[in-house]
Amino acid sequence: MAIAKVCGIETEYGIVVRGAESNPVAASSVLINAYVSGLSRKVGWDFEDEHPANDARGFTYEEVFAPEVDTQLVNAVLTNGARYYVDHAHPEISTPECRTALEVVRWDRAAEEIVRSSMERARRLLGDGSEIVTYKNNSDGKGNSYGCHENYLMDRATPFGRIVNQITSHFVTRQVFCGAGKVGCEFPNTSSTAVPYQLSQRADFFEEEVGLETTLKRPIVNTRDEPHCDPQKYRRLHVIVGDANMAEVSTYLKVGTTSILLAMIEDDALGTDLGLANPVAAIRQISHDPTLTRTVLLRDGKKVTALELQWALLERATKYERSHGLDPVGEAVGADILAKWEIVLAGLESDRASVAHWVDWVAKQRLVDGFAARHEVKPGDAKLKALDLQYHDLRADKCLASRMGLTTLIDEADVRSAMTEPPETTRAYFRGKCLQRWPNDIVAANWDSLVFDIGRDPLRRVPMMEPLRGTAEHVSQLLDECETAAQLLARLGS
Amino acid sequence: MAERTQKQKPTTGRTEETVTDGAPVAPQGEKLKAELDDLLDEIDEVLETNAEDFVKNYVQKGGE
Repeated sequence: MAIAKVCGIETEYGIVVRGAESNPVAASSVLINAYVSGLSRKVGWDFEDEHPANDARGFTYEEVFAPEVDTQLVNAVLTNGARYYVDHAHPEISTPECRTALEVVRWDRAAEEIVRSSMERARRLLGDGSEIVTYKNNSDGKGNSYGCHENYLMDRATPFGRIVNQITSHFVTRQVFCGAGKVGCEFPNTSSTAVPYQLSQRADFFEEEVGLETTLKRPIVNTRDEPHCDPQKYRRLHVIVGDANMAEVSTYLKVGTTSILLAMIEDDALGTDLGLANPVAAIRQISHDPTLTRTVLLRDGKKVTALELQWALLERATKYERSHGLDPVGEAVGADILAKWEIVLAGLESDRASVAHWVDWVAKQRLVDGFAARHEVKPGDAKLKALDLQYHDLRADKCLASRMGLTTLIDEADVRSAMTEPPETTRAYFRGKCLQRWPNDIVAANWDSLVFDIGRDPLRRVPMMEPLRGTAEHVSQLLDECETAAQLLARLGS
Repeated sequence: MAERTQKQKPTTGRTEETVTDGAPVAPQGEKLKAELDDLLDEIDEVLETNAEDFVKNYVQKGGE
């Protein structure tokens, strides 16, 4: 049986400083500090169990792989269970672990609002008229890309080769409904005249089918094997191939469809016959064709469009629902994902405008085309690229996505509460609630443990190796019954 | 049109019933068009004043 698809998203935001000289690392630190300094007490990240160089294929790259994170940089864990930190030269938020795609949308939106709030606090803090501005996108249009990564809990017993073999077709074609859209092209030796508009921010940057890298020679399937939980039982599939979405339905479909297909792969219910002959070329060819009519070659020699491949995946997912149910992704959310998946494919096929409120690249294309037609602007004009950037601008008075009538799935009040409250359905609940209750007694936190200092030696590490232990159902009563962290530790017997 | 030929799915078993169910959701087409027109009307106020500089100065370091 497939296991619960615990999932989350990490987003690196684009960052610029207006009105002052600054480097992006310093600006990212100022931004995050402006937010966390307003909190009661900052709890740092604990790097004890970080192993980004472990490869799912069974080897380790410690010698050749630079540490992913500089521990000197700002790194905080928030009461909603998220991690907020400087990664390379970008501010990044990892959502807490979620149980369903709908929860991911809620905490991803909360992350956006945390970044917005950080911008406002930083502006007041700087006080000199300068401003730190952030963008929820994945490329600067000049060949530099930064990521929006998804993570999914997988059963360790599922062979990694099967995952690579069977999920790649989805990773290549799902951009038809979750591409964020891009004006121009960054693939070497391809002009923006040849590709004035494409589906995905990221497709130009993928060079390998499978591999460990995330910054060079990016692979469609990333092999980082760092489960942040019991490594005997689980793996965490680290997905680097997606775009950051402004449209909530795009995020929802991206995570929801992927979760269902990964559950199917665990149950060996997806099949091997939809494999692509050349996935690396295909991801770019599909992105570069907003008409969605170009075909790509399957391993068995058939030619299909991205939509045809998506229809085939949906058909199998629908059969899987009937034979296995969708408990691994949440029954209600899973059924809703299947329904919306079908609607979005039908809309893309025959009535593009009908999904403009769901799909970022369609919404952005209407904006760009509408502007170009009205102002008689030609492809390649900087104004069109400016529209592209401003679609993702997180300043309320500049953001274009928020003016496009995009469908929302999460109430504004639920977004706001998720800025400080953790999901109730995963171990993030225990992490978040302990940070709310006893921030002065916690010296460090990471995904799979909390470290308490209650004034007696030694420090106490509370391991959280099971992503589905520590939920509200498990521990809310226990937490309510404890006045102090010391009482909690005594009750936990640690 | 290509859109018509795409109705020929490469796989079997997708029934007529699901094709019907898959009809686009009640489109907010008119509303969307009006919103886009409104946005295009006001876009000069929203857009960065110097698009050329704005685009040129948006330079990021690679991440991940």
